[in-house]
Amino acid sequence: MDWGSYLPMILKGAGVTMTITLASIVVGTLLAFFFGILRVEGGRVLSTIALCYTELFRGTSLLVQLFWFYYALPLVGLSFEPITTGILVLAAHAGGYGAEIVRGALSSVSTQQLEAARALNFNRFQTLFRISLPQAIVEMMPAFGNLAIETLKLSSLVSLISIADLTFTAQSIRNLTLDSASIYSVTLICYFAMSLVLMIAIRIIEHFVRRGDVFPRSAHS
Amino acid sequence: MMYGYEWDTTTWLTYTISILPIILIGLTVTLKAAAAGFAVALVLGLVFALLRRSRLKVISWTTAVVVEFLRDTPLLVQLFFLYYVLPNFGIVLPAFLTGAIALGLQYAAYTSEVYRGGIEAVHRGQWEAATALNLTRMQTYRDIIIPQAVPRIVPAMGNYMVAMIKETPVLSVITVLEMMGLANMIGERTFEYLVPLTLVGLIFLLLTLICSAGLHRLQKALPKAGIPMR
Repeated sequence: MDWGSYLPMILKGAGVTMTITLASIVVGTLLAFFFGILRVEGGRVLSTIALCYTELFRGTSLLVQLFWFYYALPLVGLSFEPITTGILVLAAHAGGYGAEIVRGALSSVSTQQLEAARALNFNRFQTLFRISLPQAIVEMMPAFGNLAIETLKLSSLVSLISIADLTFTAQSIRNLTLDSASIYSVTLICYFAMSLVLMIAIRIIEHFVRRGDVFPRSAHS
Repeated sequence: MMYGYEWDTTTWLTYTISILPIILIGLTVTLKAAAAGFAVALVLGLVFALLRRSRLKVISWTTAVVVEFLRDTPLLVQLFFLYYVLPNFGIVLPAFLTGAIALGLQYAAYTSEVYRGGIEAVHRGQWEAATALNLTRMQTYRDIIIPQAVPRIVPAMGNYMVAMIKETPVLSVITVLEMMGLANMIGERTFEYLVPLTLVGLIFLLLTLICSAGLHRLQKALPKAGIPMR
């Protein structure tokens, strides 16, 4: 197999995969915090809406969601590039799982902390942003790390809605060369390498988040 | 399997009713694939977990690398790898079996961690007590460790089973005709994708809700202290 001409294609595909993954993680994290906070802090109506969102995206298969939005969005007059649809669906999927992580971490903040905040006359926003979230974020980090890896892996599914990511590129090179063994081995190794890079990045962010932690670890365990 | 079927696409309701029988056939394939994949994952995961605990460094390290690799690469690419590469080595399996093995391999990486966590969570005093009572290794596992590990393992295993059900649509890319593959085929014929895909999505939602509720009950029914094996 002539790697000289195929390697640039693979790298380009890997770049697309990385772009989609990172964009989905960023948008997904925003969605996760938004809906996770709504679950805990929103009133009955808002938390029910957030519950519906998480159940809908966690309870149905990602591939079904991808195809559904791929065919449904144009019908309501929203025609995006497939890559935008892919990122949005992946992000919404990750956001559903992330919202549960945020909810869990927020509700694990000890009640004493909330009582102390009330005693100090903090309002709800101050309590949330100065007391609960700074402590909860540290708890969330490992779970968000797993979610990021999961998103990278699931991003391979966007190849099925004709986005030229790493998996799609691998498929088209296979169709040209019929050398399945080497192309898929290289692809698997590429994904593994990207996972490792992502893991290291998450460790660095985790370190950064922990350093900004104003409370000693023992205070909330 | 779809020749001879006529679909009434006049309204979404008649359309839904006319495709329901075919989608339900797909549902049985989905459930079979998930069941087969889960069986592979349960057995292989235990093998991985026990190999990880091996005293030989070579074996435990190799297993760790294999598990990490399986866990950090996409199911879709693993599926393509098995589907296209295995025949090169003279192993030609039906698509369904390849799919079940791929699902099982990926989830074995997850379940091996569950087994490991469950076994390690059993208090050290239990091992020491077993040694003090002069039980063999076999007896220790059978009568002391496994009964206590099972209640800790079951909830996590259940979650992975539900997750696996939701991943079965990926098998449609290697021509396994499960629910979503069928929904897409119906869409290709009628140019009307939304109704079949929505139906499939709703069935998945129903399936996961039922499974989660069942799991919750099972979790409550299991005695916390451990299940007696005899």
